[in-house]
Amino acid sequence: MRLYAAFIYLFLYAPIALIVLFSFNAGRHAASFECCSTAWYPRTFQNTFLIEALTNSLIVAGTVATLATVMGTMAALALQRVRGPVRVAFDVLTYIAIIIPGIVIGIATLVALVAAFDALNPLIAALWPGGPEGAPRLNLGYGSVIAAHTLFTMALVIVIVRARIQGMDQSLIEASADLYATPWGTFRQVTFPQILPAVLAGFLLSFTFSFDDFIIAFFVAGSKTTLPIYIFSSIRRGITPETNVIATVVLGFSLTLLIAAQVLMRRRARGAGGGGAAP
Amino acid sequence: MADGTAIERRQSRVTAMLLLPTTLWFLLLLVMPLAVVLVFSFGERAPAGGYEAAFTLEQYANLPARLTAFTNTLTLAPLGTALCVIIAYPLAYYLAVRAGARVKLMLLVLVIVPFWTSFLIRTYAWIYILGGRGIPRLLDMVGIEDLRLINTPTAVLIGIVYGYLPLMVFPIYVSLEKLDKRLLEASDDLGATPLRTFLQVTLPLSMPGLVTGSLLVFILLMGEYLIPALLGGGKVFFVGNALVDLFLQSRNWPFGSAVAIALVVIMLVAIAAYLALVGRERTRSDASLI
Repeated sequence: MRLYAAFIYLFLYAPIALIVLFSFNAGRHAASFECCSTAWYPRTFQNTFLIEALTNSLIVAGTVATLATVMGTMAALALQRVRGPVRVAFDVLTYIAIIIPGIVIGIATLVALVAAFDALNPLIAALWPGGPEGAPRLNLGYGSVIAAHTLFTMALVIVIVRARIQGMDQSLIEASADLYATPWGTFRQVTFPQILPAVLAGFLLSFTFSFDDFIIAFFVAGSKTTLPIYIFSSIRRGITPETNVIATVVLGFSLTLLIAAQVLMRRRARGAGGGGAAP
Repeated sequence: MADGTAIERRQSRVTAMLLLPTTLWFLLLLVMPLAVVLVFSFGERAPAGGYEAAFTLEQYANLPARLTAFTNTLTLAPLGTALCVIIAYPLAYYLAVRAGARVKLMLLVLVIVPFWTSFLIRTYAWIYILGGRGIPRLLDMVGIEDLRLINTPTAVLIGIVYGYLPLMVFPIYVSLEKLDKRLLEASDDLGATPLRTFLQVTLPLSMPGLVTGSLLVFILLMGEYLIPALLGGGKVFFVGNALVDLFLQSRNWPFGSAVAIALVVIMLVAIAAYLALVGRERTRSDASLI
């Protein structure tokens, strides 16, 4: 049994280790490995296309995570007071957003946005005060990636935060109201600290999803490039040691993020535990 | 009394405002786009690509043209899910029942970490391992010659298991962790063989996790694009690959829309059938326990 577990961990980590090792390739070709040099690292970071793709991905993921967390948390808080058809409609839409494959979301967003832009652009041009030449044109780009990513991640945040709200001690909220706290005061001092871990988890999940997503961005990014799109096309062009360097840096980045999240959550948990124990 | 209704009115206004952005997003980026895809699937391809308004069932009648993509998806997705269950279960069992309390959390985190790192990068690592200079070369040294792995269904299956194993381990682990260990002892005390204990106690009680895990993996696999694109090399392709081709290369949007609608319908039917099957099995095994 222990041997089996060890084998599975080898299976999970050997490919990652291989990529990291190959990023220290001294040779010029990715297919053969000569040990060992960091020569490819500075060369990779001089690649302006890569830096641009990375910056784009960070901006998109940051925006998506913020939007999804704020909107999803707002909806989750409101939904505890809603019953009847509105509630059912929301539940159904949330699960549809999660269940529909990402590729279908990508296609649907592409098709709908192109149709909408085709209808809106002439209208904007006609109404633009400076004449049709100077009128802005709506186009696929970061906006559409952010919009499409936010749909899925927002649904995810709703599910996570609602699970936390349902597990919360409702009597605390009643007590707070009995003690004449305003609804906003109750939210700030009672509800929010309790749902904070779920909100943070939702934020991190959303950021990671958006940063990692290839397929939705592939459809709706138009002429823009995100990091996964850049990596995909560089694999298609033929793997170079540079691809391995990018991969290693991305792995290091997500690992750092993961450890940071872990440390943050643990400190929070301990802080909350200490606060609760105090009389 | 008037005061009470004023507060209530205020509260429902706040609720509506809190729900407003999500509602807008759902309508503009989920309901409307899916409706557009549905409408497009009854349309015709414009001569230059894209969409031309029409009402025809031609696109659906044409679906058999992409039959291979559907049969590949519908064999490799369930097969991949099953493989994930078989490989993940013993690990989840080890983590939940056997592993010491000290290492347990560490081991659990180690399962999840790969899932949080780039899916694309993890999949592309296998191009090396399965490619001509990887495993086939090692096998060549021990006498197994001319084995081709990359661009075969086997390569795609390996990619699937590698990519989605963490997602399967976690729910199974959670349901095994909740299992009351005294039940296992009781079964043992009553003279059941370990196999019988497993089949009649452990497995039925871990079914919720198993079902959740397989649904998660199956849903993601139905829309898979990257694994077949990187490890199937154009020979083993899924519906996802057909969709990329139809929308981004040949720009046949109406036919692509019909393929997308068909994919979603098949997926929902498969999920419903699976849940019905699991539900029936569960009531039967409950009955046998009594």
